[in-house]
Amino acid sequence: MPELKTTGWRNDAVAKVTGRAKYTDDIQIPGMLHAVPVYSEFVHATIHEIDVTEAKKKDGIIAVLTYKDVPGSQQWGQIQKDYPYFSSDLIRSYGDVIALVVAETREQAIQAAKLVTLKATALPLQLDPEAAMLPDAPLLHADKGTNVVVHHKVRTGDVATEWKEHGVQFEQEYSTAFIEHAYLEPECGICIPRADGVYEIYGSMQHPFSTRRFVASCLGVSLAEVEVVGTPMGGGFGGKDDTAAIVCARAALAAKITQKPVKILYDREWSFRESYKRHAYKMKYKIGLTDDGCFSAVECKIIADAGAYCSVTPWVTWRSTVQCCGAYRVQNVLCDTYGVHTNHIFTGAFRGFGSPQVNWVIEQLVEQLAEKRGEDAIAFRRRNMVKQDDTTYTLQKLNTHKVSLEQVMDKVLDEIDYYNKLPLCSFGDPDKDVWYGIGLAISYRGMSLGAEGKDFCAAIVNVQFDGSILLEVGVHENGQGAETAMLYTLAEELGVPVERIRYQKTSTSHIPDSGTTVASRGTIMGSSAVHDAANKVKDIFKEAISELWHCEKNELIFRDNSIFQNRTNGHKMTFLEAVQYLYQKQQYPYALGIFQAPKVSWDEETGHGDAYFTWVYGCQAVELEVNPKTGVVTLLNAVAAHDVGKAVSPIMLKGQFYGGLVMGAGYGLIESFDYKDGKPLKSNLHQYRMFRANEVPDITPIIVENNDPVSKTGAKGIGEPTLELMAPAIGNAVYRATKIRIVDLPIQSHLIEKLKGRA
Amino acid sequence: MNLTVNDKVYPVSVEQQNMTLLLFLREVLGLTGTKNGCGIGVCGTCTVLVDGKPKRSCRLKVGDVAAQNITTIEGVSPDPTHLHPVQQAFIDAGAIQCGFCTPGMVLITIALLNDNPNPTREEVKKALNTNLCRCTGYQQIFDAVLLAASQLNK
Repeated sequence: MPELKTTGWRNDAVAKVTGRAKYTDDIQIPGMLHAVPVYSEFVHATIHEIDVTEAKKKDGIIAVLTYKDVPGSQQWGQIQKDYPYFSSDLIRSYGDVIALVVAETREQAIQAAKLVTLKATALPLQLDPEAAMLPDAPLLHADKGTNVVVHHKVRTGDVATEWKEHGVQFEQEYSTAFIEHAYLEPECGICIPRADGVYEIYGSMQHPFSTRRFVASCLGVSLAEVEVVGTPMGGGFGGKDDTAAIVCARAALAAKITQKPVKILYDREWSFRESYKRHAYKMKYKIGLTDDGCFSAVECKIIADAGAYCSVTPWVTWRSTVQCCGAYRVQNVLCDTYGVHTNHIFTGAFRGFGSPQVNWVIEQLVEQLAEKRGEDAIAFRRRNMVKQDDTTYTLQKLNTHKVSLEQVMDKVLDEIDYYNKLPLCSFGDPDKDVWYGIGLAISYRGMSLGAEGKDFCAAIVNVQFDGSILLEVGVHENGQGAETAMLYTLAEELGVPVERIRYQKTSTSHIPDSGTTVASRGTIMGSSAVHDAANKVKDIFKEAISELWHCEKNELIFRDNSIFQNRTNGHKMTFLEAVQYLYQKQQYPYALGIFQAPKVSWDEETGHGDAYFTWVYGCQAVELEVNPKTGVVTLLNAVAAHDVGKAVSPIMLKGQFYGGLVMGAGYGLIESFDYKDGKPLKSNLHQYRMFRANEVPDITPIIVENNDPVSKTGAKGIGEPTLELMAPAIGNAVYRATKIRIVDLPIQSHLIEKLKGRA
Repeated sequence: MNLTVNDKVYPVSVEQQNMTLLLFLREVLGLTGTKNGCGIGVCGTCTVLVDGKPKRSCRLKVGDVAAQNITTIEGVSPDPTHLHPVQQAFIDAGAIQCGFCTPGMVLITIALLNDNPNPTREEVKKALNTNLCRCTGYQQIFDAVLLAASQLNK
């Protein structure tokens, strides 16, 4: 057997490469009904009547469901329960669903959906979050009494005195766009009403436990009456939470009412229309510097467009708040971050989760400040960046792990040959046919959920009589290779080959609620839980074998498919012999492992606390060319260095580097989910441009490993850090190519506009 | 009429001739390895080979391809217990994440390497341009194609 870790082996690879992997829409069940959602043409309206009579009369139609058919709660949500399964009195966005048509075939359902009619009165649109914050603004949710979903603060030092005594040296406004996740698999959900009364759910969702809550609440049943089964998923990137869950809940509702299996498969158009996006931000920054070029004060006002429903806006904007000044030392900070309701399609989790927006600002801002001071931007960063044992501007001491920011930056500078390339930058030289630029960005990022949520993960190790092993972990396979990373972790702990272990498909009924696989927490939380389960199982072995060999438990080591007594001429037993010995003694090598994240804290009034239990550090650089006539940017080359603690699988890790970096480059350069009057201008992938194969730069990944003491395996996370840096790196490179500073995303369209304006 | 898919001949009713090839493959033949990502021929997840050429099955009617040979991901390896060298290369190069684009990517790679057994990285990039991937940033897919080329040329 080859060393699997050096190949791209993963437990689902053969299934995926042969087309045998069963994604939700690939599952066929005899007698299954099909349901489709019904939308209205309104963006904001008062509903008078939803008429389903004509739709019900069509051939093959089994039921047409509206809010009146929901036996449980009308609305659900992870934080505020404001997201309706079906609109009842109000339509608040173009993505709102007014009914569900259930039919024998999907085509019948689609045809009948056109016959559902709505009597409604249009209401004025609220599309500007700043206007929606004003005290007299009409409310989207009257019961909330305000359109402001959340207001986070940081109050560190005394910014007002700084302004009085030293004045503001720099001010700038920045903005970012709405972004569509564009996972290649549109939403799909199946519910099977089981004979034992349990509603069994398969779905393209990345949070089985949240999905279970959405389903149970809609049906008005207990959590134990819903079983959500982890299903292969065609991409998520944070986007398959609330919307995917509500699709499953509606399928469950139809299944409960018809007592038949029901599938809801989304067209791409419905997915674009209904699924939540990345928050568009507006950010105003005021900066004070000391004479020797250190940050003395930062004042910022950050406004996130939450769209019509809350989703996880309070958590996304919280991360923006904690990281509002990037990876720098700042003595005085006044930050106000708001999430505000508008009639846009709601916004929620998206890989990066509030950091790409603030990094877009900070990592350009430091270069603007350095230029203003006439100094090298790297020197400016080096002087101001957080160092070992520093206290952050949210008053967390960085003393529990290695602060490797300078290390990752130096690796990138070296690899891309930054200082030799810097003099080649064109700065809009009119004599040049092609403009060249190089740019970089750095970041630190709090790992996992931080003080935004409960952070817990479970794992079950179950060793069979023949020495084979079943492993189940409460993290979800989003496509990143989470299951395989867990298998590697267990194989290493038990000293057995990974082929001995099978990953047991997870279900919400089998394992404690381990939260969602988001926030780059899968590896750190999952592998730590696996570590705990493995060590509990090892203890069962050690107890029995130390007795047999009359030795101490701590003398026993697990390696090379065997258990050894760690001394010259010590005892040895194969793993299989040990297992069979245990079974003979009627001791079962089974354990539930858990990992409870270390305590974190946050004071909402001051914005102080130990926000995250550990941090990761990253740096990315890019080289690009700009066509001076057209403004078209071509990415040439990129380098990324990230401190991941420990690489569990280098090849899969590199996959995260590449994927995140390209998605981040798309965010920076070309992607934007635009609206006109609250209706999306992008209906499908032909209108939503993202990078294709011939547009991506060459990428060099650099893995930096500083084992994290908090993580049981030393490993941290990587999913999101890779995405949060490319936009400002490109912004900085574009500036060095063109001498035009772009402050609004996406860069490409704004650059073309500016060049036109200049011509 | 009949339709030949993966060397097997299937009867097609008059009504089925108007179905998209994608739906026919998935719903009638149960060949669900061919995916539906956009339904409008933009993402390439529904790619199949029609007489060896990559085509988007969501844009074809069954009746349009009656006389031709269709190959789906299920038919790329004549022996179901063995992987096609391109499939193996996708695994070895780490080119698989969520896997939704993978069948289409494997099929365009097979078509590319039939036409051009020794492509450069630039030629690979161009050839893969028809198919979207949102997970991998394409790099390890390029690696896989070049690895497959070297394996097939051995």
